[in-house]
Amino acid sequence: MAVKSTSVNLCGTELANPVIPASGTFGYGYEFAEFYDINVLGTFSFKGTTREPRFGNETPRIAETPAGMLNAVGLQNPGVDKVISEELPRLAKCFEKKVMANVSGFCREDYVYTCKKLAECEQVGWLEVNISCPNVHGGGMSFGTSAASAYEITRAVKDAVSKPVIIKLSPNVTDISEIARACEAGGADGISLINTLLGMRIDLRRRRPLLANGTGGLSGPAVFPVALRMVWQAAKAVKIPVVGMGGVSSAADVLEMMCAGATAVEVGAANLVDPYACRDIINGLPDEMEKYGVNDIKEIIGAAL
Amino acid sequence: MKQALFEITENKKIADNVFLMRLAGDTDAITRPGQFVNVKIGGLFLRRPISVCDSEPGLLTLIYKTVGGGTKRLSEMQPGEKADILTGLGNGYDVSLSGDTPLLVGGGVGVPPLYKLAKVLISQGKHVKVITGFNTAAEAFFTKEFRALGAEVFVATADGSEGIKGFVTDALSAAGEYGYFYACGPEPMLKALYRATKTSGQFSFEERMGCGFGACMGCSCRTVTGYKRICREGPVLCKEEILWR
Repeated sequence: MAVKSTSVNLCGTELANPVIPASGTFGYGYEFAEFYDINVLGTFSFKGTTREPRFGNETPRIAETPAGMLNAVGLQNPGVDKVISEELPRLAKCFEKKVMANVSGFCREDYVYTCKKLAECEQVGWLEVNISCPNVHGGGMSFGTSAASAYEITRAVKDAVSKPVIIKLSPNVTDISEIARACEAGGADGISLINTLLGMRIDLRRRRPLLANGTGGLSGPAVFPVALRMVWQAAKAVKIPVVGMGGVSSAADVLEMMCAGATAVEVGAANLVDPYACRDIINGLPDEMEKYGVNDIKEIIGAAL
Repeated sequence: MKQALFEITENKKIADNVFLMRLAGDTDAITRPGQFVNVKIGGLFLRRPISVCDSEPGLLTLIYKTVGGGTKRLSEMQPGEKADILTGLGNGYDVSLSGDTPLLVGGGVGVPPLYKLAKVLISQGKHVKVITGFNTAAEAFFTKEFRALGAEVFVATADGSEGIKGFVTDALSAAGEYGYFYACGPEPMLKALYRATKTSGQFSFEERMGCGFGACMGCSCRTVTGYKRICREGPVLCKEEILWR
């Protein structure tokens, strides 16, 4: 087998491979360091962080679905100050690379404040700005469902920080291309998608929504074809790098996402079921590339566009 | 925490809708009674968390109730089949606080983790009393097994078909004096016990989980000492730190 190159360049930084654990499925990293050396990852996107600490939604927050799951965690996190004073130092002990800081907010000032603070951290390599959380009210997804507000948040964050800014988009929109273009026009260095699809389950015994929040975000293999389609549409609409995600659970899924236009690929729900998922996907890449005659993974980015 | 492949050696019904499964595999990561495992079940996406009833080097015993599709499939697995299991999850009970006369209180499938706990406490020379509560005699299990360990056992059934008629709290006076308690069961039972007990103790909670090892924040709760993940800082909480919702 010819030597395989799996490295990609994400907004100016070289990653050893395109696999990135997605925000909300990897905590602040150190839980997974108990299972394997997480330095095999190119990077990972840490738990969505807000200006103030948040408990999130009441439980139940999780439900099983066919080939997937719903979650309505609601951005539980200790707040940006504690992330910087406690989580990042703890992460530094087990991860020597740059981390992707995932940020959420409820108004423009929140996003700017939190992004600015995190961008000052040496460990942070990219900001992933979540304008697509379906599980909070009065913020989150509402910014990602209108091109005007997507542009506004992008512009405001870009004006405030110099590190690469990747805007995380919601699939719960009528035209993903329009939103993607708005982020690009706002100066985004990249976009990532998809966040979860809005869904729900009913508890038949109680005749009530199963999740305390009523609705939740659908993820897992069930959403992969939808995610792939939206990554493909977004990649056709913009020139900036696209980070693809949604139901990815194998090395073959990673290659499909890259053919659809993804420069890097995030893996989410799979981490919750199998803590070794990302490590195994990375290890499986060379064989999967060999199967399809790929020597340098970069050559397939956007191949299906 | 550890991921390991176990082989099922036995999977049998022991009461109405209640099954006992014995498995062979690496149990090294299980260090305290009251911890749980997260079992991958074919055809389902999320793992299913199940408390450890007993563990010895190389041997794992689980008792579970068939409540939905996942546990139903688990009950259909056959000896010889392999199961992918994350073991050694959660904090488990702190046995150092038991004193000499601990009381163990379990309701329904909250009873199983008390078995290993009783085993450990009795091996330390403690005088262990156990109250188990069930809806009806047909759902009762492990009375003999607890007695065989040397525990004093009191059974309560809601319909009075076995032992004391009523809930576990109705059996407290029969059980008499105790210096500390450990509990596991449905939340209404834990709440009632919280009010009915005079001493300190530990409660084991149940919650729907995503990962079972602290990554997803799916099972968080509020406590006196801040937010805790049932799967990681729990499932066992001390009486003093509980904030009921």
